[in-house]
Amino acid sequence: MMDAVTPEKAGRAIVEIRNVSKSYRRGSQIVPVLEHISFDIADGEFLALMGPSGSGKSTLLNLLAGIDSVDSGSITIGGVDITLLSETDLARWRAVNVGFIFQFYNLIPVLTAFGNVELPLLLTKLSKKERREHVEMALSMVNLSDRMDHYPGQLSGGQQQRVAIARAVITDPTILVADEPTGDLDRASAAEILGLMGRLNREIGKTIIMVTHDARAAEKARIIKQLDKGVFIDVHS
Amino acid sequence: MYILKLIFKNAFRHKLRTWLTILGITIAILAFGLLRTVISAWYAGVDASSSSRLITRNAISIIFTLPLSYKDRIRQIEGVKVVSWGNWFGGIYIDEKNFFANFAVDPKSYLELYPELILPPDQKAFFFRDRKGFVAGRKLADRFGWKLGDTVTLRGTIFPGQWDFVLRGVYKGRDKTVDETTFFFHWDYLNEKMKKTSPMRADQIGFYMIGVTKPDIAADVVVNIDKTFRNSIAETLTETEKAFQMGWIAMSQAIVTAIQLVSFVVIIIIMAVMANTMAMTARERIGEYAIFKTLGFGGSYIAALIFGESLIISMIGCAFGIALTFPAAKAFGQELSTFFPIFNVATETIYMDIAAALVVGTVAGFFPAWRSTRIRIADGLRRIG
Repeated sequence: MMDAVTPEKAGRAIVEIRNVSKSYRRGSQIVPVLEHISFDIADGEFLALMGPSGSGKSTLLNLLAGIDSVDSGSITIGGVDITLLSETDLARWRAVNVGFIFQFYNLIPVLTAFGNVELPLLLTKLSKKERREHVEMALSMVNLSDRMDHYPGQLSGGQQQRVAIARAVITDPTILVADEPTGDLDRASAAEILGLMGRLNREIGKTIIMVTHDARAAEKARIIKQLDKGVFIDVHS
Repeated sequence: MYILKLIFKNAFRHKLRTWLTILGITIAILAFGLLRTVISAWYAGVDASSSSRLITRNAISIIFTLPLSYKDRIRQIEGVKVVSWGNWFGGIYIDEKNFFANFAVDPKSYLELYPELILPPDQKAFFFRDRKGFVAGRKLADRFGWKLGDTVTLRGTIFPGQWDFVLRGVYKGRDKTVDETTFFFHWDYLNEKMKKTSPMRADQIGFYMIGVTKPDIAADVVVNIDKTFRNSIAETLTETEKAFQMGWIAMSQAIVTAIQLVSFVVIIIIMAVMANTMAMTARERIGEYAIFKTLGFGGSYIAALIFGESLIISMIGCAFGIALTFPAAKAFGQELSTFFPIFNVATETIYMDIAAALVVGTVAGFFPAWRSTRIRIADGLRRIG
């Protein structure tokens, strides 16, 4: 189902960001959030984006995930310039290429863990039986096979986030984007989630871009980029 | 199937709110159904009228009479098959609150002209033989517990005095559109008594009922009857039975129009309530819709979720409303049988109930669906947490 890291893959840029700028309108004022950002992310990378509130890190993540649009510049992911895609094409592209992990899990409360993980597969041509097999495999990967019939309200925060991770990887996307994935979790659960994300990166070769405030979480990444007032100020490897 | 499951689950996430909305729709559909049934009851006479029957009355007003001698001249007009005649008697049984329609008619021609009144042959024969005999509709006889052979006394208002009648027959309607609350007796009995008590009023007819050979010549017969009596002492006004019945309804058209308006206002009010429910629901779920969009689901999927939920709630309310309309109409009809002898829930009323619920569900879901499909994902996700 999922690619492993191969020597050919490693080092090749899967994400190319060129001269991206983004601003928001607040009343009559235009507030610049990102200014002429350019960088590459290699295939199989685990990148942490850090910075103070309002630095533009979540905006950058949204642009990379194709859920917000740039003012100028280009973002090419897996060879596709997503800034040129229409709303409908972008939705199709997201369904195939991006897995999302949110701070507040963002599970659908009326669906069981199984139903939530199955959701992205409804947009594929897989049969019901094939969908079941995929979901069971994803839930076993996050050690939640015994909780597949539980609703989000019946799961702990850490378990909900693991369901969210299973949902994020179920379609074997090109990149995983995580916005403060441990922000709503206690220390033990956070460590568990970060361990799981690390495994996805190391063992399956998933490219992960994570926004976090938490230095401990960022340490799990291979590259840390610091944003402040819309520009990169420092880069750690 | 998956989307239906999701829609159904969504619809009952806030059980109290959903059930209260369903209750509101149930009451609205019930009220709408009953009001439409009242309107149907108003038009029951029109619906039951035949296109091959004509009514001839005094051209000045229904309260003025026509000479009995007209019957022979009407019979001679081409296309006329049967001529019957009658008078509105206006008698009161014990008390005015016991109101029912009562007519003096020529029995043989009347029953020939109205084959929808089903009377057993033996009862018909008894009725024809007994000048003081009368026939009552099944519902009327049941209402007062009259049995064959019972003597019933009416107090005359238009024709003063105490009038004794003997029940000789109980008719049933051929179908449920036929009024089964009418009382009719021998016109000869009335006329003989008038000859004795007020001879000036003898041989005077309230209205003629005419059967034509073919419905398509009815218009010609109408013209010929009125032409025959033009410039006579009592000019006639002839019209089809349907037009005659419509004339009565026209007198109370304002009330019918008011009821129609109220029935639509009920639907508009519940539409506003339903729209508010759906707006609240969609506002609360903006974040979830953003998640769906994030995962790659299109606006049409989100619109389907909202419209589906709105329609499920309105159709459940509609189903309960329709189910309650029948017993409510029965109880309502029994209470108001004096005013509405026929009070049946028409099939058209059920179709209108369903159409109203569909409109309510669709309109209520429109704005929330439009708004939810247009929201930017980033804005929607910001609402979570």
